[in-house]
Amino acid sequence: MLKVIQPGFFTTIQDTGRFGYRDKGVPVCGCMDNYSASMANSLLENDDTDAVMEITMTGPKLEFSTSSFFSITGGEMSPTLNGIPINSYEVHKANEGDVLSFGKLINGFRSYLAVKGGFLTEVKLKSRSFYKPITDKNRIKERMEIPIEKYTEYSPIISHIKPEAWHDKHELIVYKGPEYKLLKDDQLKLLFTNKFTIAKENNRMAYQLEELIGAHSHKMLTSATLPGTVQLTPAGKLIILMRDGQTTGGYPRVLQLATKSIALLSQKKFKDKVSLRPLKH
Amino acid sequence: MSSYSISIRPFGEDAILIEWPNEVSEAILYDILDFAASFKLGFKDSGNWELVPAYNSLTLINRENKIDFTKTKFLLLECYKNRKAISPPQRYLWKLPVCYDLDFGIDLEEVSTTLGKSIEDTIKAHTHHIYTVYGIGFLPGFMYLGGLPKELETLRKSVPRLQVYKGSVGLAGKQTGIYPQDSPGGWNIIGNCPISLFNVNLENPCFVSVGDQIQFYAITRAEYDLHRIETEVGIYNLDKIKIDA
Repeated sequence: MLKVIQPGFFTTIQDTGRFGYRDKGVPVCGCMDNYSASMANSLLENDDTDAVMEITMTGPKLEFSTSSFFSITGGEMSPTLNGIPINSYEVHKANEGDVLSFGKLINGFRSYLAVKGGFLTEVKLKSRSFYKPITDKNRIKERMEIPIEKYTEYSPIISHIKPEAWHDKHELIVYKGPEYKLLKDDQLKLLFTNKFTIAKENNRMAYQLEELIGAHSHKMLTSATLPGTVQLTPAGKLIILMRDGQTTGGYPRVLQLATKSIALLSQKKFKDKVSLRPLKH
Repeated sequence: MSSYSISIRPFGEDAILIEWPNEVSEAILYDILDFAASFKLGFKDSGNWELVPAYNSLTLINRENKIDFTKTKFLLLECYKNRKAISPPQRYLWKLPVCYDLDFGIDLEEVSTTLGKSIEDTIKAHTHHIYTVYGIGFLPGFMYLGGLPKELETLRKSVPRLQVYKGSVGLAGKQTGIYPQDSPGGWNIIGNCPISLFNVNLENPCFVSVGDQIQFYAITRAEYDLHRIETEVGIYNLDKIKIDA
């Protein structure tokens, strides 16, 4: 078990998400920055589908009541084990009673904690990803005990990797969305030359951008949306749907983020700047 | 078998959007669902694709990233052209109970006044019509219902409520529907349905599929309480009728 002493700002359990329920309105869920999450699992030779802990902005304080091995990737949040600073992107051993904490956010916005064997919270609709009301909880709470497997011996093939410095990049690669043609020349110019500011409204469902690009009155029939779909509201606001985003929508889908850009955006926070770069098919 | 002119376009790296003519029509919806059924049966690696039908579109999402669009488009067109008149998926008409008591239907009085109807006539109109499920989305188990008669069209509430209770039956614009869970919402609430539209513990968490039909019927408060308990215990018998193709 892993005991939650403090839950942190917004900490959830996530895996690669739910597949096969979108026609019933269930979002795919899963790790926002699946790229970092996958690295945390690989360091421990876990399956890619094993559940990890997604930590947002401010980390939790956790006590291992079982010995285990763990790794941390993604945004850098100054982790410590029993008060001693430890490196991210490295395999660490935790003994029974060890306390893992996080400190100052250095870069990025989301960290991933993987334990050997993965987090073993309830499976609902073929996934452990937290999403209320599919799972009972939408985040970890104080005093919660999270099931993990006990490991006393493990010698990793690779003990650490050197992280690629990509969290500080700000360029999101985009494809044309289904309603791209709706965009007028002046809107296109704004889209691809402006820098956009991440709005306060940013979470696992969607990221809003502060700058408006011009109103429209286009009406369309509701149709599917995906993680990474950039919607244009009638007021001219851009909303980028993320992993917990709704499965259908009625706003024009003007752009679609490349998969790796969804991971990059997940590492952005309020007031960070991003730019959009078109990629032709 | 009638054939529409369909457009097939990439939707990001791992999805494809197929669109039928831009209109709300049962014939188009059924053509989409027939195509989806023959895709599931006949398309190689169809198990790796998730299909999301809604109104005039079908979105196919691949489980593994990066698809070869040109090749897949060709195969999809072949699949559409050569689809045989396979037996289409069975469609059902679901009869759903609604308690229109004013305790639940908190906007029923106001809506009826706006529509120039008595409360009884609003209920009569709402339960008389049969609605088609054109999509499921927005929230798990939320149905987009088409076929609301003009006489029931209303404006959304100018200020949305922060909390609308699970099961609330609402009217807004050309739409009617049920909130499958507690959520914020701007629809006019006229009643409550005691049946859960989404049950996470079932293999198929939502009994309704796109293409099915819904008809509401009025129940008393006592019947509501009974059905609610039956639903919670899992012994409520859903009233469904097969729709002939």
